[in-house]
Amino acid sequence: MAYKIVSSSCTGCSACEPECPNQAIIEKNGTFLIKPEKCTECIGHFDEPQCVAACPVDKTVIIDPGYPRYAAA
Amino acid sequence: MTNQTYETEINMAHPTASSSTLKLLGGIKVEVAAPSACVTSGGAGKSSCGSSAGPGDMPPEIWEKVKNHPCYSEEAHHHYARMHVAVAPACNIQCNYCNRKYDCSNESRPGVVSQKLTPDQAVKKVLAVASEIPQMTVLGIAGPGDALANPKKTFETFRQLQEKAPDIKLCLSTNGLALPDYVDEICRYNIDHVTITINMVDPGVGEKIYPWIFYNHKRIHGREAAQILTERQMLGLEMLTKRGVLTKVNSVLIPGINDRHLIEVNKAVKARGAFLHNIMPLISEAEHGTVFGLSGQRGPTAQELKEVQDACMGGANLMRHCRQCRADAVGLLGEDRSNEFTLEQVEKMEVVYDLDKRRAYQQKVEAERAAQAAAKAAALDAQPVDDGMKVLVAVATRGNGRVNEHFGHAHEFQIYEVSGSGTAFIGHRRVDHYCQGGWGEDDALPSIVTAINDCHAVLVSKIGACPRDELKAAGIEPVERYAHEFIEKAAISWFAEYRERLAKGEIVHQPRGDAAIRQGARVAA
Repeated sequence: MAYKIVSSSCTGCSACEPECPNQAIIEKNGTFLIKPEKCTECIGHFDEPQCVAACPVDKTVIIDPGYPRYAAA
Repeated sequence: MTNQTYETEINMAHPTASSSTLKLLGGIKVEVAAPSACVTSGGAGKSSCGSSAGPGDMPPEIWEKVKNHPCYSEEAHHHYARMHVAVAPACNIQCNYCNRKYDCSNESRPGVVSQKLTPDQAVKKVLAVASEIPQMTVLGIAGPGDALANPKKTFETFRQLQEKAPDIKLCLSTNGLALPDYVDEICRYNIDHVTITINMVDPGVGEKIYPWIFYNHKRIHGREAAQILTERQMLGLEMLTKRGVLTKVNSVLIPGINDRHLIEVNKAVKARGAFLHNIMPLISEAEHGTVFGLSGQRGPTAQELKEVQDACMGGANLMRHCRQCRADAVGLLGEDRSNEFTLEQVEKMEVVYDLDKRRAYQQKVEAERAAQAAAKAAALDAQPVDDGMKVLVAVATRGNGRVNEHFGHAHEFQIYEVSGSGTAFIGHRRVDHYCQGGWGEDDALPSIVTAINDCHAVLVSKIGACPRDELKAAGIEPVERYAHEFIEKAAISWFAEYRERLAKGEIVHQPRGDAAIRQGARVAA
């Protein structure tokens, strides 16, 4: 699974974007979204997913069940 | 002594008035005496202010940095404007008084913006505003998040502005968490004013204010978060002081959480070289959706704020004229013209950055300031002997340091403490306009009385018969006879008269009560 951003609660603050070790986060129409194919859930990079830790609004960055869980090679 | 006092005295050392009659802002013609007029003896020993800092404590190079900065100099804030550009939306900490989801165009408080900008858009907007508003001397990046949590955008904006608008002073505001990492860069772009928001120096207090921080790729909670934050803030402040960057400390006064503790904060920041300490009231309403708003945490009353501010005098110099602006505010403090400079409007403007025109305008302002200082000194000399009595007066002004606003049009009142030895600016009170399209709005009057209830008089350029009678009934004297005069001169002259009337037994001195600090948005725009 990858993470995804709930666009209706995203404030567009950009706190997550520079923290992503995979440059998976882009801005679109004032809010941000995660490209699931690039998301590694920060496994192998950090102890916790950086977008979740940086986001100021609770429950805005959540697991996207539509994508299989990333496994570090 | 307050800022205004040493400004008076430094004006004496650097007289700027050079002509005898000048056409000034708003087309008012003012007689300005020859340069010697601003060389008076009014400043020394005549101040009612309590801070121990005197003119000797401010070297000329620091005066150069602050004299035209509305946020650093109480006197300058009557004449010079600032603008904030909202290029820094991200934040690296969470504060219980902040909710980043909220935006309302009627709302004026930190953290709120209507439109975030890219560095290129911000630079264009700054140049447009600077050509329209020549008194705009200061550009700040204050969020809506944290300037240093968005280092690329913040420093790219500063880099371009340093090239294109070299006369504009650059400043930034930060919570301090990332500050130690960026001190070199701050110095590289000649940013000579930095504001750090410091609400505590004790993690036990801090954990009640900050639920978490994002630091070193981790979200850290509670006391540990507050411990790291305070260490980084103190380190950052020390580093800035070492490099000669002027630093102001903002503190939010949260009753029951850090009110008495702010005296400790004041000592700690003073010891580390903070130039100014600005203690601001908490803005807290349920409708803002903040943790404090929802938990019913209240803001302080005017008296509670003044008590903490007074207890801190003698530490770092205190600032009392802060308007807690939005992160995209434009104009004089207390005024917001950001609606005139939206992205769409700026795109349409033809921007010619005329440095000479801006300098000429600013020279006129300097002459006006010298005249203001001279008028204050003359009024003080005419005062009866100081008998220790102090009262507060409210003033309606639209800028330039004069009593020049109609009571019904005022959206704020400035509050001065007057005594036989001088005046001290102690704050401002936001109110709803009394006058709506020519008609007095009776609903607004009680809230205005509440806002200035600690004052003995209100100085205005004009006031209608109905509010005049109601103010009198509430024990506040409405005063029109100093219309268009300089504020401090007017306040001192009114107070001299007041004491004469007391001496003659015409009136009896009655103590006043407390006043309420306005929370939240204006209801009547």
